[in-house]
Amino acid sequence: MTGAFDEMRGNNGRVRPAYGELSHWLAEVPADVLDYRRREAELLFRRIGITFAVYGEADAQERLIPFDVIPRIISGAEWQLLEKGLTQRVCALNAFLNDIYGAREILRAGVVPDDLVFRNPAFRPEMSGQSVPHDIYVHIAGVDIVRVDADTFYVLEDNARTPSGVSYMLENREIMMRLFPELFARHRVAPVENYPDELLATLKSIAPLSASREPTCVLLTPGVFNSAYYEHSFLADKLGVELVEGRDLFVKDEIVYMRTTQGPQRVDVIYRRIDDDFLDPLTFRPDSVLGLPGLMSAYQAGNVTLANAVGTGIADDKAVYSFMPEVVKFYLGEEPILKNVPTWRCREEEHLAYALDHLHELVVKEVHGSGGYGMLIGPIASKAAIEQFRAKLKTAPKNFIAQPTLALSTVPTCVEQGVAPRHLDLRPFVLTGRDRVRIVPGGLTRVALNAGSLVVNSSQGGGTKDTWVLDG
Amino acid sequence: MLSRTADNLFWLSRYVERAEYLARILDATQRLSALPIAYVGESNEWESAVLTAGCAAAFFRTYDEANEQNVTDFLAFSNANTSSIRSCFELARSNARGVRTALTIEMWEAINGAWLELKRYGNGASSREELSRFLRWVQETSLRYDGSAYRTMLRNDAYWFSRLGVYMERADNTARLLDVKYHLLLPSNERIGGPLDYFQWAAILRSVSALTSYHWVYRESLKPWFIADLLILREEMPRSLASCYEAIVRNLDAIAGAYGRQGPAQRQARGIRTRLQNSRMDGIFQRGLHEFISEFITENNRLGSAITEQFLL
Repeated sequence: MTGAFDEMRGNNGRVRPAYGELSHWLAEVPADVLDYRRREAELLFRRIGITFAVYGEADAQERLIPFDVIPRIISGAEWQLLEKGLTQRVCALNAFLNDIYGAREILRAGVVPDDLVFRNPAFRPEMSGQSVPHDIYVHIAGVDIVRVDADTFYVLEDNARTPSGVSYMLENREIMMRLFPELFARHRVAPVENYPDELLATLKSIAPLSASREPTCVLLTPGVFNSAYYEHSFLADKLGVELVEGRDLFVKDEIVYMRTTQGPQRVDVIYRRIDDDFLDPLTFRPDSVLGLPGLMSAYQAGNVTLANAVGTGIADDKAVYSFMPEVVKFYLGEEPILKNVPTWRCREEEHLAYALDHLHELVVKEVHGSGGYGMLIGPIASKAAIEQFRAKLKTAPKNFIAQPTLALSTVPTCVEQGVAPRHLDLRPFVLTGRDRVRIVPGGLTRVALNAGSLVVNSSQGGGTKDTWVLDG
Repeated sequence: MLSRTADNLFWLSRYVERAEYLARILDATQRLSALPIAYVGESNEWESAVLTAGCAAAFFRTYDEANEQNVTDFLAFSNANTSSIRSCFELARSNARGVRTALTIEMWEAINGAWLELKRYGNGASSREELSRFLRWVQETSLRYDGSAYRTMLRNDAYWFSRLGVYMERADNTARLLDVKYHLLLPSNERIGGPLDYFQWAAILRSVSALTSYHWVYRESLKPWFIADLLILREEMPRSLASCYEAIVRNLDAIAGAYGRQGPAQRQARGIRTRLQNSRMDGIFQRGLHEFISEFITENNRLGSAITEQFLL
């Protein structure tokens, strides 16, 4: 992709102020030093066991996500804008979910079409008319943001279900501080290490009213075979809460308990990293062995809080996403601070016709997809692939949306031939508690390591970078 | 703490301890089998090793003959044997992954490092030298794990459960060794001692890393009576049954103290310990060494079930 905005050199080749020190340092540091530190970083990651599993790869059951040692820098002013925009966006998301599982005013007003909600597999009828503690549905959001020029940030996805990657944000910083103390001496970087404390404060703030003053929070993981298991254990450790699996819990009289060496102990808040489908075999998929039978009854009785709430997946639907600017205006009466990527909903005839005519220049995604699977990137796809996709699109247009291929911004990255620009995105983590919204300055930067590639997903060969938010 | 976490910690320690014990058995057997037949007699040391490891039945389901190749393979590298050194390390790591939050980074690195290193020994050791290196490495891994636990863990229930695993396994191992070799330890009037037995005795002591300790405790040449005394009743000998039970009782008491509650596990452990404390070697030999050991193994297993029932379910 030519003509992409480089975050260090802008469009005109002049180094942007936030990157001043870094570009000096990059010019000074010998290539072999950089290479040596890169290998050291990999060793550190391997030793502490930060791995992830890629589904469908038997051989590489535990793999490292490549880590790039050159940081990605965001200026203080840019971050302020992002922070405001993210807060606004997540507030609107919560209002939206509260509404569609409650009064449904947005549907009656005709802003969002009924069938898009009610016929959506991610819509949970079990949640209709069900109030959730403090009206918060999305306690933890991992909003994916891409940048296309000096002033324009787009939200790509809201990730309102169980976003992952925050452990990389934290570990990347630790490793960078260990490997490049001299670089930190030249910058004032906002810390991210308080994220676990903020998360714990958020979780405690959403405990059911019936809970004791020191509510018991746990992190519910599907288990060691889950691709994000490392992150689950890492977070539980940092939070100082038990890392539980379904079999560690049981429900009695609509109250959730965990089995401990001292007998049953009541659980008040569950930070669950299990999808809705697998939460409770009595309500959702009966074949799930990961969940906890009876959990939904305890949840519906208001005796336990789930973070995130059940049913947030509807907000992750890419067709619903396309309505987000209207959703923000509807609930908050404000203009959205962060833009949406222009989106053609193939469920609508005109949009479909446009998409079919412009497949070679569009990105086409499944509305329920995630992880970069099952999408078409028009400009780099072969003719045959485009034709194949066209057929798929015509048979089930409702399942797809189309977006222009964005020229994602780039940042210098270590590659085999030295240092070269690579495309990237940003996933900040937005925490919503009863008291307030908390966002740690930074996030997970994912970078596409192959030249020209726009796919940053770790499951498809993407890497990560430390993300620095600077003072001023 | 979660019962599952306690269970994982308990078994994690047991597997590491077991791996070390297997490495010691193989090491001692290798030495014995390298001696001329005139020194050790016609007995099959490799078969004895399988018996001592407590997996003879599984072994003979797979192999017809107990020789160096088969036994080394089965006890060290086999995937089919769930108690091989390889399986122990793999189980230890999967238990460790399940309780990452309860382990210190040092303990995790010891286990994870061992697991990564194990991959280098794909199909086993290619030579005796490599096998020796491997066995030494296994023992070092166990030392590292144990030392990490001792030096870095908070002194709370997680620590006590992990210690319990070590001592329950160790008591079981020492008792098994005695069970297989008891005939060598019977008093001299029932057997004719000779150079044959001397090396067997040395091998027993080597299996529990007590050869040097023996000399410091008794300042005597090897005598079966003393060897039995050392491995059963001497609290200062870290692998003796008495020492293991001193530690088991101490750790169970710490748990009871923290939880404010005594249970069947505590009572049973104290009972076994009291019996060991009140025993004398002559009494044990009078009633029969073999009976004593068999009884102990049964009691030790019963305590294992009591611990599981009281805490780990």
